[in-house]
Amino acid sequence: MTDTTRKAARPVAPAAPAGPKRAAPAPRRTRLSRRLTPWLFLVAPLALLLTFTYAPIANMLAYSFTDWDGVSPELNWTGTENYTELLTRSELFEVFFVSGYYLVASVVQIVLALYFATVLSFNVRFRNFFKGVLFFPYLINGVAIGFVFLYFFQDGGTLDSVLSLLGVGTDHAWLGTPFSANTSLAGVSVWRYLGLNFVLFLGAIQSIPGELYEAAEIDGASRWHQFRYIIAPGIKPILGLSVILSVSGSLSVFEIPYIMTGGATGTETFVIQTVKLAFQFNKTGLASAAAVVLLLIVLAVTWVQRRIVPDEKVDLV
Amino acid sequence: MTRRTVARALVYLSLILATLVVLLPLTVVFLTSLKSSKEMANGSGALALPDDPLNFDNYVTAFRDGQMLSAFGNTAIILVVAVGGTILIGSMTAYAIDRFHFRFRKLVVALFLLAALVPGVTTQVATFQIVNSFGMFDSLWAPIALYMGTDIVSIYIFLQFIRSIPVSLDEAARLDGANAFAIYRKVIFPLLKPAIATVVIVKGINVYNDFYIPFLYMPSEDLGVISTSLFRFKGPFGAHWETISAGAVLVILPTLLVFLFLQRFIYNGFTRGATK
Repeated sequence: MTDTTRKAARPVAPAAPAGPKRAAPAPRRTRLSRRLTPWLFLVAPLALLLTFTYAPIANMLAYSFTDWDGVSPELNWTGTENYTELLTRSELFEVFFVSGYYLVASVVQIVLALYFATVLSFNVRFRNFFKGVLFFPYLINGVAIGFVFLYFFQDGGTLDSVLSLLGVGTDHAWLGTPFSANTSLAGVSVWRYLGLNFVLFLGAIQSIPGELYEAAEIDGASRWHQFRYIIAPGIKPILGLSVILSVSGSLSVFEIPYIMTGGATGTETFVIQTVKLAFQFNKTGLASAAAVVLLLIVLAVTWVQRRIVPDEKVDLV
Repeated sequence: MTRRTVARALVYLSLILATLVVLLPLTVVFLTSLKSSKEMANGSGALALPDDPLNFDNYVTAFRDGQMLSAFGNTAIILVVAVGGTILIGSMTAYAIDRFHFRFRKLVVALFLLAALVPGVTTQVATFQIVNSFGMFDSLWAPIALYMGTDIVSIYIFLQFIRSIPVSLDEAARLDGANAFAIYRKVIFPLLKPAIATVVIVKGINVYNDFYIPFLYMPSEDLGVISTSLFRFKGPFGAHWETISAGAVLVILPTLLVFLFLQRFIYNGFTRGATK
C-alpha cells in the first residue's frame, strides 16, 4: 500500500531527481499549522484532564494543610496538623481494618473466579448459560444490588428462609454485629465483582492455543497438571492486574456499605468516612488529608505491583 | 474412569450451586415485587410465590411515587451526552497521540497514563469545589463533564484500535488534498466503529450504574437518576419491601435485556476495557 502510493506520487516532482528525498520544505505558514494541528485535537481533552483530574489533586494537597471548612472564605494554614490528627485519632484510622474484610473477600473472589474460569474453559454443557449467570451481577446497578441484599439479609428475608428450609432455624441478625455485618457486606462484594475477574481469566485461558492441551492430554497430563503448567503461566499478567484492582478496590469500598448500612455497626469504610468528613461535617481540610493518604497508598500499591509483575502492555509511548 | 465421573459430577454441582447463589436473591426480589402489601404483612415468607403473579401494582407505585420516569429521562440525557462526548474526546486524543509527532508528546501521554492510576473516589473532595466554582453543582452538567473528562479507559481502547488502521490510508487521503481534520472525520472516525461500540457499551453501563457522582453532585429530587431515585426509596418506602423490590427490578430489567441481546460485545468490551 505504502509503496504504491509512493510510486504514484513520484511523477509529481520529477524535476529534482538529485535533490533530497523529501519534498522541498513547506512554507512557514503551513509548517506552523502542521505543528499546531495535534494541539487542536488535544485542547479539549487536555483541558478536561487538567480541570477534573490534576487541578483537584493539586487543590486537595493544598487543602490538606489547612483547616478549611469548604464554605467560608476564611482558611488557616495549619501545617501537618490534619495528618497528625489522622494518624493519632484511632477512630479515624480504624476504618482501615474494615478494608481487611474486603481484602480477604477479594482473595476468595479471585480463587473462585479462577476455579470457574478453568472449569468453564473445558467442554461443559450449558457453558454459555453458566458464563452469563456468573458475569451478570457485575452489570447490575449498585443501588439495586444493595436493596436485593438488604432483603436477603433481613430478618425473615431470603437467607433466613433458605436456612429454615434446610432445617437450620436461626434468628441471627446478619447485619447486627460488626463482624457479621462486614462479612456479609464483603460477601455481597464477592457476589458483585466475581464476574469481572471470571471473564478476564476465561478470556486469558481461551487465548492459550488448544494444541497445548491436546499435546498434554497425549502425554497423559492430568487436569491439575494442565492447570499448573499450561493455564497458570498463561494468565499471570491478568492475575497481577486482578490483584492490584482488588487491593485498591478494597481500600476504596464505598457503594455497597453506604447503600446498605450507611456505615453503621462498624461497617464504615475509608471513603465513607472521607465523604462524611467533607460533606456532612464540613471538614474539608481533614478530609483532603485523608484522601491524600488513600491516594498515596493506592499509588504505592500500584508501583509495587508494576515492580513485581512488569506490565508489557503499557507500551503507549 | 470413575474418578473422572465423580470429578465431573462435582464440577456440575459447583456450577449449579453458583447459579443458585447468583439467581436466588434476584428471583426472591422479583417474587416480592409481585406481592401485595397484605401478603407481605401476613409474613408468608420470602420464598413463597405471590398470590397473583400478574399483580403489577407495586410497579405503578414505584413509577408514580418513586419518580422513576423522570429518573430514566435524566439518566438517558446524561448517558447520550456523556457517551457521545467520551467518543469524540477519546478518538481525538488517540488520533493526535498516534498520528502526530510533536513536542511534549511524551509528556501528554504520561499525563493520561498517570491519571489512569488515580482512583476517582479519592479526589472528589477537591473536585467538588471545582465543579461548584463552575456553577455546575446540582445540574446535569456536573456528571456529564465528569464522565467525559475523566475517562482514560476509552482513550486506551481508541488508541489500540487506531494503531491497527494503516497509516497509508491517511497518506492516500492527504494526497487527495484532505487536511488533518478531514482525515480524522472521513477516514479514521468511520473505521473506528468497533472501538466505538466497545466504548458505548462499557461507558454506557458504567454511567447507567454510577451512584457516587450523581449522589454527590445532584441532590435535587427532580434531578434524580435511576441510582439516586432508587436510593431515595429507602426513606418513604422504608418497610414496604414490595415497592422497593419493584423499583430494583425496574432498574435491573434494562440491564438484563441489554445483556441478553449484546452478550458477545459486552464480554469483549469489558475484557478489552479492563486489561488496557
